[in-house]
Amino acid sequence: MTTVTADERVAGAGPLRRLLVRPELGSVVGAIAVFAFFSAQSPVFRSADGVANWLDPASTLGIMAVAIALLMIGGEFDLSAGVLTGTTGLVMVTLATRYGWNVWAAMLAGLVLALAVGFANGLLVVRTKLPSFIVTLGTFLMLQGLNLGVTKALTGTVQVSGLRRAEGYQAARSLLAGSVSVGGVEFRVAIFWWIGVTVLATWVLMRSRAGNWIFAVGGNEQAARAVGVPAARTKIVLFMTTATAAWLVGSILALRFTSVQANSGIGQEFIYIIAAVIGGCLLTGGYGSAIGASIGAVIFGMADKGIVFAGWDADWFKFFLGAMLLLATLANRLVRRYAEEVRR
Amino acid sequence: MTPPLLEARDVGKVFGSVIALRGVSLLVRAGEVTCVLGDNGAGKSTLIKILSGVHGQDTGEYLLDGVPVRLGGPREALDRGIATVYQDLAMIPLMSVWRNFFLGSEPVTGPLRRLDVARAKRVARDELRDMGIDIRDVDQPVGTLSGGERQSVAIARAVYFGARVLILDEPTSALGVKQAGVVLRYIARARDRGLGVVFITHNPHHAFPVGDRFLLLNRGTSLGQFDKADITRDELTSLMAGGAELDQLAHELDRDGPDRDAAPGAATGP
Ligand SMILES: Nc1ncnc2c1ncn2[C@@H]1O[C@H](COP(=O)(O)OP(=O)(O)OP(=O)(O)O)[C@@H](O)[C@H]1O
Ligand SMILES: [Mg+2]
Repeated sequence: MTTVTADERVAGAGPLRRLLVRPELGSVVGAIAVFAFFSAQSPVFRSADGVANWLDPASTLGIMAVAIALLMIGGEFDLSAGVLTGTTGLVMVTLATRYGWNVWAAMLAGLVLALAVGFANGLLVVRTKLPSFIVTLGTFLMLQGLNLGVTKALTGTVQVSGLRRAEGYQAARSLLAGSVSVGGVEFRVAIFWWIGVTVLATWVLMRSRAGNWIFAVGGNEQAARAVGVPAARTKIVLFMTTATAAWLVGSILALRFTSVQANSGIGQEFIYIIAAVIGGCLLTGGYGSAIGASIGAVIFGMADKGIVFAGWDADWFKFFLGAMLLLATLANRLVRRYAEEVRR
Repeated sequence: MTPPLLEARDVGKVFGSVIALRGVSLLVRAGEVTCVLGDNGAGKSTLIKILSGVHGQDTGEYLLDGVPVRLGGPREALDRGIATVYQDLAMIPLMSVWRNFFLGSEPVTGPLRRLDVARAKRVARDELRDMGIDIRDVDQPVGTLSGGERQSVAIARAVYFGARVLILDEPTSALGVKQAGVVLRYIARARDRGLGVVFITHNPHHAFPVGDRFLLLNRGTSLGQFDKADITRDELTSLMAGGAELDQLAHELDRDGPDRDAAPGAATGP
């Protein structure tokens, strides 16, 4: 398709090898295996209702994993992304319930705050040239402290609640946290947001200039800069994208539960990274895929609910997580090595 | 007479207490190759970083088309048609050849400003072929190309994007005999297209066949700029080696005499 004259040195760069060098291959294989495993354990798991059930946790995780994947392809980490979902939710519910804001206005305030945090993360990373692991670990701890401190000071408890009574709640809920009936099965609307985010991110990565720049700044920032790529701007926008995703997920969860715990989102940041890595992202940047991160999130959703369907103790989830991470990274590495080897 | 494309007059550069460069002059004309030769630490990279806008010179003048300028950065140098290919940071290894080729200047189409992938691939393939670069597949990651192929793609990219001056920092130093020959051929081809080329190397055997002018650097100062007519390969080699080592070198060269005048690239690096 791409070569006009066949070159004798291209020893069958055929469809199989093209497929193998796709970063998401490992996650696809993993997802099929996990699906087969839990389907064998429980018929409910593979029913339409079961699918709708495990796609739900996959959706909010998936939105975050896709954003984190973009950031990781751009060569950076964001450890503050999980706790930021809590921060945006807390801000929204607090403004709507204690200060009488309209839910939409409260959501907008959450977005502005999230963008500010993302911008600050990005600016600090590109200006100080410190590893983003450290910078965002700092933001993570600061936000964690703020979430608890402010919530306690305002309410005397560790949660804010009562969003149901706020003005504009019903409309916002149906847009972000309601469900849609497809063929008699109720699917959470967040699932469609997640699919939309994945499609958009994939388009940006593969079919826009910005996507080229993301791969480039993650692959070799100096080289990218030398040919005129706006590396600093690209990275700052990536951090702001992650923050926007955190706002979206924070809002979805707040609208669904109508209350937010002050410690919500903590510990999730590593799950996002794990999903992105299972989906083929390199920890060193410059390589990965948005679809892969989404499939990584599906694996998590299936394991999360599958363990319940199979009637096991939920404690096994963590064990499963770790095993998946190791297997997927090993598979990814083998596949990539094989692909590079035969291409030489 | 038209002014030279690029000229440096008595430029100097100081890093803290280190005088990296002092009183160095260099001339680049269209359709000519100016070679910069010197040992490790002679100041070659410092000089080309001044030319490509990475550093500003501390003393001396920098002229483009006869007009003194002060570049604000690499982007401005690029916009003025000065493209630099660095040995180690020329390409992004995990990205495909065509994505690397257009990095920073990607063609877009339609209201959504979608990447024009079909066009980018076609142009990359055609340009590389026109330069005589035989790439198997523009979709393959640059990391799977050989060092020489990688340099060649970077040169082709600079030529395509309308560079008037092409600066190459030791493009042949890490390459084997054959690969170095390939890169030298592309340098000649870029020159034939009317570009002014600055070719940095520490190997006179690579410089002599393609060079029209030779600037010799030693410990941050210039040993002089010579036209090809005024210098032989032996003189170039002995100047680079330094007077004190001349006898020793002549002795060595005599012993393996036949190699001395071998084809470009036949001599391996130091
Ligand atoms: N940013 C810097 N800060 C301090 N000293 C520097 C800097 N850049 C270069 N130097 C010094 O300037 C001198 C010339 O260095 P330069 O890199 O230009 O040499 P070179 O001729 O390119 O050598 P090589 O053949 O090894 O690449 C060296 O002594 C180096 O240590
Ligand atoms: Mg150097």
